[in-house]
Amino acid sequence: MSYLTDERIDPQALVRRVMRRSDGAYVLFEGVVRNHHEGHAVESIFYDAYRPMAEKEIGKIVADVEQQFSETAVAVVHRLGDLAVGDSSIAIVCASPHRGEAFAACRIVIDRIKETVPIWKKERGPGGEEWVGWQSKC
Amino acid sequence: MKVRLLYFAVLRDITGQSESDLDVPEGSRPREVWQRLRASYEKLAGYDQPPMAAINESYASPDAVLHEGDELAFIPPVAGG
Repeated sequence: MSYLTDERIDPQALVRRVMRRSDGAYVLFEGVVRNHHEGHAVESIFYDAYRPMAEKEIGKIVADVEQQFSETAVAVVHRLGDLAVGDSSIAIVCASPHRGEAFAACRIVIDRIKETVPIWKKERGPGGEEWVGWQSKC
Repeated sequence: MKVRLLYFAVLRDITGQSESDLDVPEGSRPREVWQRLRASYEKLAGYDQPPMAAINESYASPDAVLHEGDELAFIPPVAGG
């Protein structure tokens, strides 16, 4: 099973993948392309990844969080390629017998993905395009 | 010895390639490969410190020793999610 996709994300399919009859709650997080970043307009985003390494890094995060919250099941899918404003770039589902663990697990998963997984985004807008996080020094 | 260098995101745009095979001296480290890139691409000249590095799909120190056939990638600041 891959954590990366080039297709539109179907969050409910992700929910169906993880929910068990013992679960009393799931938290679904979706990251969405917005129309602005640091004061300038954004029209679309191109997502790039070091695919095999990104798969491994997301897999480590899922395994860690499922170990930390032993009753929680985690599913993740991150979309790559060209996305428009309003498109979901990532969906995370954390299902658990109780809501507290589901909320906590979901927060940790998205925070860690943003820190360590080799995925990049190039924002495009009327003012041009730029790779987020890269400061030009020339 | 030969190592394969992979380029992603801004580094692919700057270098105009997605991978290249490099001949490097035995015992080379990512830091030295980065200096070679800086010397080749004006847009990288201002970056005396390398970004994070990955060897064979795992994060590695810029001072880790490379081996024949290794796959090296520099990881610019990530922005997933």
